[in-house]
Amino acid sequence: MRRIASTLVLMFAAVVLLLFTTGSPCFAQIDHNIKPVNAKADSHVGGLTGEASGEAQGGLVLYRRFCVGCHGPAGDGVGENAQWIDPKPRDFTLAVFKCRSTPTGTLPTDEDLFNAVTRGFDTTNMPSWRPLTEQQRANLVAAVKSFSPRWQSEKPGTPITIPAETPINIESVLRGRALFQKMECWKCHGPAGHGDGPSASTLTDSKDNPIRPYNFSTGTRFKCGETNQDLYKIFMTGLDGTPMPSFADVLKPEEGWDLVHFLRTLQPLNTQEASLWKAYAAAHSSEIKPIGPDSGAGGSK
Amino acid sequence: MITGSARNLKSSHLSVLSSVLMFVCLVVGIVLGDSQAAYTLPLHKVTAIPAFARKYGLPCSACHTAWPKLNNFGMTFRDNGYQLGNDRDSPIYQNPSYFPVTFRMTPNWHLEHATNQEVDQAASGISTVTTHGFDLSGMDLWTAGTLFNNISFSLLPSSDETGAFHFENAFVRFDNLKGSSWFNFKFGKFELNNLISEKRFLFLSGNGGFYQSYHFVPPGDTNDFGLGDNQLGVELMGHSKNDYTRYSVAVLSANDGNPDFLSAFGTPTGRTYDTYLTFDQAFEVGSLGVQRIGAYAYIGERPTNYQTSGGAQLYGIENKPFYRVGFTGDLYFGKLNIQPFYMHGHDNEFLGLGVPSSTPSTSLPVGARGPSWNAGFVEFGYYQSPQLVIIGRYEAVRMQTQADPATPSNFGNIDAYAVGFRWYPIMFSRAGLALHTEYAISKSIGIAPLSGTGSASANPNDPAVWSSSLMIGFDFDF
Repeated sequence: MRRIASTLVLMFAAVVLLLFTTGSPCFAQIDHNIKPVNAKADSHVGGLTGEASGEAQGGLVLYRRFCVGCHGPAGDGVGENAQWIDPKPRDFTLAVFKCRSTPTGTLPTDEDLFNAVTRGFDTTNMPSWRPLTEQQRANLVAAVKSFSPRWQSEKPGTPITIPAETPINIESVLRGRALFQKMECWKCHGPAGHGDGPSASTLTDSKDNPIRPYNFSTGTRFKCGETNQDLYKIFMTGLDGTPMPSFADVLKPEEGWDLVHFLRTLQPLNTQEASLWKAYAAAHSSEIKPIGPDSGAGGSK
Repeated sequence: MITGSARNLKSSHLSVLSSVLMFVCLVVGIVLGDSQAAYTLPLHKVTAIPAFARKYGLPCSACHTAWPKLNNFGMTFRDNGYQLGNDRDSPIYQNPSYFPVTFRMTPNWHLEHATNQEVDQAASGISTVTTHGFDLSGMDLWTAGTLFNNISFSLLPSSDETGAFHFENAFVRFDNLKGSSWFNFKFGKFELNNLISEKRFLFLSGNGGFYQSYHFVPPGDTNDFGLGDNQLGVELMGHSKNDYTRYSVAVLSANDGNPDFLSAFGTPTGRTYDTYLTFDQAFEVGSLGVQRIGAYAYIGERPTNYQTSGGAQLYGIENKPFYRVGFTGDLYFGKLNIQPFYMHGHDNEFLGLGVPSSTPSTSLPVGARGPSWNAGFVEFGYYQSPQLVIIGRYEAVRMQTQADPATPSNFGNIDAYAVGFRWYPIMFSRAGLALHTEYAISKSIGIAPLSGTGSASANPNDPAVWSSSLMIGFDFDF
């Protein structure tokens, strides 16, 4: 009888403990209740239709599983981990995205968002979500779109046209180098592309968070892809929300390719551009003027 | 508490009843408490590592369907050498104060119950044995991560509930050799590349906290191999970028992962090596998610005799072969996850009978042959949300061929059932807490269960032992 009584006391204590636990303040520390502004948002990627809503695999369910820790329950980029992350997670409520195929200031296409989720962002905490199924990623795109009213009032921009790449030769590299000087890219990215230009330390993003320019000497991939086409697209669309502007109005298409070819020489890669530049630099070292404030006009010869 | 007499048996039944009531009350309490919380382990498990969550700022649920079970993203991360591949993997990018270590333990209450056990305080010498009370699990102190880009490591000193430590795993892995995810080389002690990991499943009780199939050998067999045991050796493993296609080839010391060239029984091992081959392939099936199927084969040898010096055993000799082959799956139907597993096992007759292979054949039972068996299970998990999962499993082992033809055909057979749920009130990137509840019961013939006195059935009229575990605990790691 004593044993039963003691067991019952234990039962009671366990239940009380559990009830106390379930109601304890620990739950108030983290809010994982997702708060979309449009839970019915959808996406269209190829032949797939993604949905934010849905029981098991819906975008918002997946968002809660994978994304809420950084991007937050309201999609505003202030998840529980945001304070430890640099650069800060994207604020989906603003619907401003770096990697687009559309002109600066416009909404990206669903395909752009899908590619970003799939690719991840190099040198940030955003991983590649390629291990998720295509349907799951399409659903996540819909979830991303559910956090901003912009998607209900605006259409995505029209993707820019990427012309055929011009031939890769030393002339193109040298013209690109001159543009790097003339357009003052070096002020942020540094004369050697190390991300250490004189303006680098002053840069902030659209939310006033400090932001570092891309360091070409360590990166083998860019935030928005790794091909020459991806790099060309960055010039012509800009990285919205960052100090990197669009050069669509000031660069001719062939100049864009020249710049691409030069920037490839700054990366630690064995590219055709790098080989051409090395050979040229070895043969013409005395003629090459340094990039930077002391360089003469053109700065390349 | 051990009960033997009839009076105590009655009292024991009341105690079991009140314990069941406690279980029910806990369940009711959770429901009334607007549930959202867990995991326990009398058996020791390797699992989730919040150190990774801290490093990358991801919630547990990014890598785990419910920790410690991995989802496809978590599998990719692990197979990529604990790297996300976003140029933030090398320790050089981490704050110097960051240290990739995690602790895990599960204080718990559990009840163990077994029929047909040998006891002294009973006229027949046979009784039901019931024990229950508050208890501790073992403890994991796990550190893992990267030493450099594409060089990863894992070190897991692990204790049992008494605090006695051993090295559950310890390895260095060279990842993405030649820049290809198809070539990764691991060296040390590690878990076999099993698609269904016994180290990461959601069962923890005495009867449910292991796969019978992974550790089964027929009664009397002297083979110490267990598919669920971490092994010592090297492994070449590869996978596609999204981890949908995976393979591994491992060469392992024939000692079931035990140090000092000793077997699991403490006897010297032979000087041979085993081979383990696995392959699995995943498919996308519409909105259902990633479905995965795989196959495996383990081929090895174990000694049946020993070289001695002055009577002291030096090393194993007269090695005889064994193998385990089968297929497995990891299937999703919305919130429902189903994992089927099948194994066919075969041991050489000298291993099966536990006699040296130099034994004259005339001394063997007439018709002696290698024992073989079929084993398998179906496990399910219903993921109501990332914070609540209901789990269940049915498992069966069936002897196909007895080493001694005179042995009853069902000697060694096992049926096992387990159900439970885990509730994770705390599941974020710094720590995890789960309430684990589980009930598991098994019926074995000729096999001593974990519950009870450690003996197979002592009742000549009823050769089956029913052994059950009821468990409630708080599983935490940080």
